[in-house]
This record gives sequence, C-alpha cells and structure tokens, in this order.
Amino acid sequence: MTTLTINGETHTIDAPPDMPLLWVLRDIVGLTGTKFGCGIAQCGACTVHLDGVAVRSCVLPVAALEGRKITTIEAVGATPAGQKVQKAWRVIDVVQCGYCQSGQVMSAAALLAANPNPSDADIDAAMTGNICRCGTYSRIRAAIKQAAKEA
Amino acid sequence: MSQGLLDAQNGVAHARAAQSQVSRRAFLKLGAAAGGGLLLGFSFSAGAQGDSAARRSVVGGDGNETPQSGVFEPNAFIQIDRAGKVTLIIPKVEMGQGVYTSIPMLIAEELEVPLDSVTLDHAPPDAKLFTDPLLGGQLTGGSTSIRYAWEPMRQAGATARAALIAAAAQQWQVDPASCHAKSGQVLHDASGRRAAYGELVDAAAKLPAPQNVALKSPKDFTLIGKPTRRLDSPEKVDGSALFGLDVRLPGMVYAAIVNCPVFGGTLVRVDDTHARKIPGVTQIVKIDNGVAVIGAHTWAAKRGAAALVIEWSEGAAANLSMRQIVGDLANAAQQQPGAVARKDGDVQQAFNGAKTRVDAVYEQPFLAHATMEPINCTVHVRADACEIWVGTQVPTRAVDAGVAVTGLKPEQIVLHNYLLGGGFGRRLEVDAITQALKVGKQVSTPVKVFWTREEDIQHDMYRPYYYDRISAGLDANGKPAAWQHRIVGSSIMARFAPPAFKNGVDPDAVEVAVDLPYDLPNQLIEYVRQEPHTVPTAFWRGVGPTRGTFVVESFVDECAAAAKTDPVTYRRNLLGKSPRALGVLDVATRAANWGPPMPKGQGRGVSVMHAFGSFFAMVADVTVTDGEVRVNRVVAAVDCGMVVNPTTIEAQVQGGIVFGITAALYGEITIERGRVTQTNFTDYRILRIDESPVIEVHIVPSTEAPGGIGEPGTAALAPAVTNAIYAATGTRLRKLPVGRQLMNTKTA
Repeated sequence: MTTLTINGETHTIDAPPDMPLLWVLRDIVGLTGTKFGCGIAQCGACTVHLDGVAVRSCVLPVAALEGRKITTIEAVGATPAGQKVQKAWRVIDVVQCGYCQSGQVMSAAALLAANPNPSDADIDAAMTGNICRCGTYSRIRAAIKQAAKEA
Repeated sequence: MSQGLLDAQNGVAHARAAQSQVSRRAFLKLGAAAGGGLLLGFSFSAGAQGDSAARRSVVGGDGNETPQSGVFEPNAFIQIDRAGKVTLIIPKVEMGQGVYTSIPMLIAEELEVPLDSVTLDHAPPDAKLFTDPLLGGQLTGGSTSIRYAWEPMRQAGATARAALIAAAAQQWQVDPASCHAKSGQVLHDASGRRAAYGELVDAAAKLPAPQNVALKSPKDFTLIGKPTRRLDSPEKVDGSALFGLDVRLPGMVYAAIVNCPVFGGTLVRVDDTHARKIPGVTQIVKIDNGVAVIGAHTWAAKRGAAALVIEWSEGAAANLSMRQIVGDLANAAQQQPGAVARKDGDVQQAFNGAKTRVDAVYEQPFLAHATMEPINCTVHVRADACEIWVGTQVPTRAVDAGVAVTGLKPEQIVLHNYLLGGGFGRRLEVDAITQALKVGKQVSTPVKVFWTREEDIQHDMYRPYYYDRISAGLDANGKPAAWQHRIVGSSIMARFAPPAFKNGVDPDAVEVAVDLPYDLPNQLIEYVRQEPHTVPTAFWRGVGPTRGTFVVESFVDECAAAAKTDPVTYRRNLLGKSPRALGVLDVATRAANWGPPMPKGQGRGVSVMHAFGSFFAMVADVTVTDGEVRVNRVVAAVDCGMVVNPTTIEAQVQGGIVFGITAALYGEITIERGRVTQTNFTDYRILRIDESPVIEVHIVPSTEAPGGIGEPGTAALAPAVTNAIYAATGTRLRKLPVGRQLMNTKTA
C-alpha cells in the first residue's frame, strides 16, 4: 500500500511499487485527464506536477512518491498559474485534437509558476518535451505569452 | 481521398447523392421526439433503429451521462427539448480539424440559437442518416466535411427555425412572415410577443414540415465567416474531454497486445509461464498473429506482455527489405506499361520538337501516422450483443467489423464513438477494432485493448513508398511543351474502396498530377500499381495530393532552373488559365517579400497547389547549417472559397504545415527483415516547438463554394521546403525525407 496526495486528497493505493504514476492515476484513481503517449518520457502527454515541478508520470514509479504533492490537469485550474494558462488556451484557441493538451497545459503552468515572464528561449526550453502532432506550437507560444500578461 | 474518391466512387456516390437530394427534399420532416421535443432530420427511414444508447454528449453535456434508452431516436441533426436545450448531432467526427465548431456554426446560423448554448452529441453509426455523398459512406476524411455540410446543415437549421416560427404564429394567430427568430426565441415585433423555443416544441412537432425554406444570403450571416472559438476547448484544457483510451467501465480489464513483428507472420506457440506470475495478470489470449495479456490494469498487462516467450512463423516476408521494395518499384517504373490516367495532345511529338529535356526520379518514404493517442479499442462481446468503445473515422465500418468477427446482427452491435486523439487517416482503418473484437470474444468482461507506442509505430498501416518518373520537354521560351509523369506505388483505393480502382488507375495516387493548374498542352500521366509485399498501406494526411505536389512542384522548379527563370515568374507564366491559383501565388509571394537575394546559407522556395477544392501557395524560408535544415518561416496564401470559421482555417493551415515539416525533414519508416525498424519518438522524430517556424496564413476572400482545409497545408509544404533548400545550397533533393542527405553539402 502506498499513500499518495493527489490534488489535495489522500489516496491509499494498492499497486506494485514499480507501477508508474501515470497508470495509478488513470487506471486506479480514475483521473484520465493525464494521457499516455510514448511510455518513455519523450512526448510529455503524461506531464503532472510533483511539488509544483513538471514531471513525466509515465516513468515515475509510485513507490518514490510517498509524501510528495501530486497535481494533475483536473486540479491545476485551482493554482494561479494553471488558471491563467487554461484561460489563455481558451482565448487563443490552442487545441485541435486535444490529446496532448493536458500535458502542454501542465508544462506551461509549471513554467509560469517558476518564471512569470518567460522569453521565447524560456518557452522553447520548457515546452520542447511536449510533442503536439496537430502542430499547435504557434498558438501554444502565443497563449503562454497571453497568460504571462495576465499576471 | 478527396477528389480521387469523389471521382472514383462516381457510380456509388453520384447515385447516392442524387438519391439523397431527392430524399432530402421529399423527406425533410419534423417529428415528435419521444419524451417531448422537436426532432428534425433528413429522415430517410423513419423506422431506422438509431443507437440512442450510443449517443453521448461531448460538448455542453456530461461526458459520462448514459442517455435513457427510448427517449431519443437520433435520425436527426437537431433536438430541442421542452426546457429549450438544443442538442446538435454532429455527423462528422472531431479529430482536431474543428468540425465540432464549424458544423454547429452552420446549423446555428440558420436556427438562430446562441452557439455557446448548444450541446453536441457524436452521431451514432447510421449510413442512411449520416452518409457523406462525397465519400459514399459515413466517413470523416479527405477534407470533405464542410464541402458536405455546407448546404444540408444550414437547411436543417433553417427548416427547424421555420417550424418554430410557424408554431408561434399559429398560437398568436398572426402571419408567420410577421415573426422572426433570434437567440432561441420567436418574436412578433408588432405585438411585442415572444416565445422561447422550448415553449414551442410540442406545437412545432405537430405541424407539417416546412418546405423550400430559403437560406440566408451571405450578407446576412452573423456567425458564418466570423472568427469563432472552438466549442470543445473547455473540455480539452481541463482534462475532462474523453478519448477512446479514457473509457472506464465496471469490471473492465486491460489487454496489452504483442503483434507478430513481421508483417504476414503468425503465432506458433507462446510460453506464458513468467507472464502468469506477474501480479495482476489474469489471462493470456491467443489470436492468429498476436498474443494479448489481460491484466487488472495497464501496467500488469504491459509487464506480462514483456515477459512472454513467443515463437512466430515469420512467413514469406521474413527477409523483406527496403532494397527489395524500392528495387521492385524502380523495376516497375521501367518495365511495366502504365495505366493512362490522363492524355492530352501528342507528348512524343512535343518531346521531339523540344529544345531542352528535363528528367527526374522522385522517391517518398513509408510514413506512420503516429497519432498522439495510440491505437486502442474497448469491447464487450457477449452471446447476444457486442459493444465497442473507440474513436473512429468510420463508425459504420466499425459496426461491420463487429458483425464480421462476432457473427451477430448489425443491430446487436452498439458503437460508442469518442473524440479522436488524432486521425490523419489512421482511424479510417478498422484493423485494430477487428483485433480487439477477436480478443474480446475470449474475455468475459469488458476489455480495453491498447497498443504501446512501439506497437503503434511498428504495426501501423503506412503511407506507401512512392516512386515517380517525370520528364518535360521545354520549348524555346522554356515552357513545358511536353510533360510525362509516371507514378508507381501501392493502390490504397483498390483495398479501401475497390470500385474506385478502375482501368488500372488509382485515382488517389494520381490526384493533383492529373489536374495541374498549369498550361500543359501535351501531357501523359500514368500509374503503375506495385504493392510492397506484406507491408500494409493506408491514407495519410493530405493523401494523394501530398505525394503528387512534392513531385510536380519540385519538378516545376527544375524546369524553371533549366529555363534560367525565377521560379515564381516561371509559374506565373503558366497560370494564365487559373486565376485563383495565380491569386494565391501573388498574395503569398508579396507577403513573403519574394525576390531580394537571401544571405548565404539561406533560401526561399515556393509551391502552388489546387487540391481538396482549395487553392494554396506557400513560400518557405530555410537556413542550412552543416547539413541541418531549419525552416524559419512559412507564408501561406489560401483560397478555400467561402469561409465558415477563419480561426479554424488558420489553425488547420498552421498545423498542417508543422505536420508537413515533420515529414519533409524527418519522416521515414523503413523495413528490414520484414519488420519496421523504428520504435518510438526517439527514432520516429516529430517536430518540436523549438524547431517550429513562424507561420503566416493569408486568407484570400472568395465567394466560391467552400473547399477543404484539413489537409492542404500538409500537402503543399514539402516542395516549398526542398525548393528553398535548392535555393540555399544548389542541391536538388528528389528523395524524402531530407534527413542526412545534406551532410556533405556546402551551402551556396
């Protein structure tokens, strides 16, 4: 049994210790907003926040997470940066198929929480781990700048 | 699949189109929805058993709601209940292209309801109600959605509005012509009376269907043509949007698939001793060409799959390699007679009289779709019924797959469609649905069958490898007096829509090539079918035009170079009969500041395309440094006829260009020892944000009927980039991807 703090709630999880957080969230807790894309931390679809930092949940064994604060797409709107990012995403009309966008929003929210006024280079560095196959990158960049303006 | 399938399915599509036009007029009618409300639809068969259980709100409703069976019969596009709730049933699937915004805009424009108040439902499979005559079935693809929806969706809205007005006028004892509708209400200005739609639905349902309701004049549009935000954004930015992989059902188990690595191979035996010891693994299921490990969760299934020891019979393709596949294509291009797709004038005589001859061979690789949502399908197969939960571009074909595997009747198969985490042609295929059903037949509970990214890349159905020979004879002015193009490769149509493959010509494979906007007085376009043995092939974003445009727009540049003429000037001189093509070329080149010389190592390239009913021109700027290409900027000019949502058009072109750059620079699937070499995003590289160019999209105003927009951005991109590389380096790339081909090239 592992005790996890997910979106402010405590969950006692019966899962093998090597089970990645992604599958705990999706299959056991039932939070399906966090997506599976590659399984090897190459695409960013599974991004969540661990103590406020963006991490790839597909390679994060659950045993290492006891006592850490996990935030997912379902609750990031309750954080100041997450709220701004989600609003900017809607205003700029970023999404297309939408599958990667949970991860994009989580990476952008972590960036803005740490760096409220990111440069283009900062955006590149923070977002390059998130693939969007629909090619929404121009709007992602515009939306991050829009969210930064809302500060 | 756009024009190709359109033309090719002439027999089927035209018959159906004719039938549906008559039927629409004859049968457009209103009916009372069970439970109260106004149900409007093109009711081809009143008795059609709609799968109301399969309908599920995706926007504006609760994604997990279970519709009460028997309440609605979804033989309709519009439903309004007594509370005034407006539900639109969307006959196309949403895979990013924005139809869950643009189709509601078309309906709401005429229905006079606020767009932000509508609820959207996925249409269930029903070929009678939801067939797109352009595609001859209930398919989403080929950039046809708006071309299909433009008239009938506005008609649906207008007829419903007229019925509601008629109901109000009857209650008020006034002339319907003295009433009008706005924001979900009918108003009678003279008396100041007004009634909300919800108050009128019972009366409206009892009236005969209004006939010949006039559609608004474009000058009166309040929604169409205005930048409109996507209706599916809120669900997609807070994680609540549901894709196929997000399905969760009581008692559901998870199945990890191991497909035979060699195409065409089969399972001999499996040793599951280790797999069965993994906690959570509950069952091992064998299918003809694979093994499924069933587990209590994804992780157990995945670990179990990794622990299997499997013996395969690799079959005839065990030694298949690119050398053999490309050798076959080159041989077919030389040896086999081509099927004539178009013949104008006398090409041989024109070659004989030409001053200069230009010859080239172009090659384009196999490509995987790599949708961000990997392949998955959840099924529950029982003795007397079967349910399928999946995101698919072909709902009726999914039901057909259910019938084929289970032996049940179509009405015993219930398909729950979901948002698609990318389609790009991959979800036009039912291979994985068929496989999931074969697994599901052996499992007593609902089972979610999923592929890892590695399975997804290695067991895709690929864009075919194509091999094109092309020649031109230039006259004294440098114009192509003779033009000959032979296209060699797999026929997707022969498998996907057999009636479309006629007289040896695959209409998709030759699309664009047979209908260029240029003056070509003598031309011969041929096709030779050559299949890549066991490697499965399928449509990929931009279909025929993506491949055709790379070849012809590269080759036009070669002709311009041979004629020592600027590539834009050269094209302009050939576009006298195509004002819309000339129009986009002029807009794009002006916006991109075509003309002044570029700094060393940089180049600018152009492409022009007429496909999917739209006209495109692109100018790409690239920098080549130590053999590495960076696309700095792409300027696109688009004439896609009447614009429904300019925001969608800009987004689709931006995204299409990024998709096209990924393919042009990196995209390549290779086959060795009968299997795919690439595994994941590590070696099947996708363009990332730091590599993404500045993209400008210029929409050229037009009053023509709407053209397609989902694919042309991808289709027109590659030649603009390779032409820019030529301008920067003097190296003409005739083979995609760019990859490492420039590693030994000095910049010009």
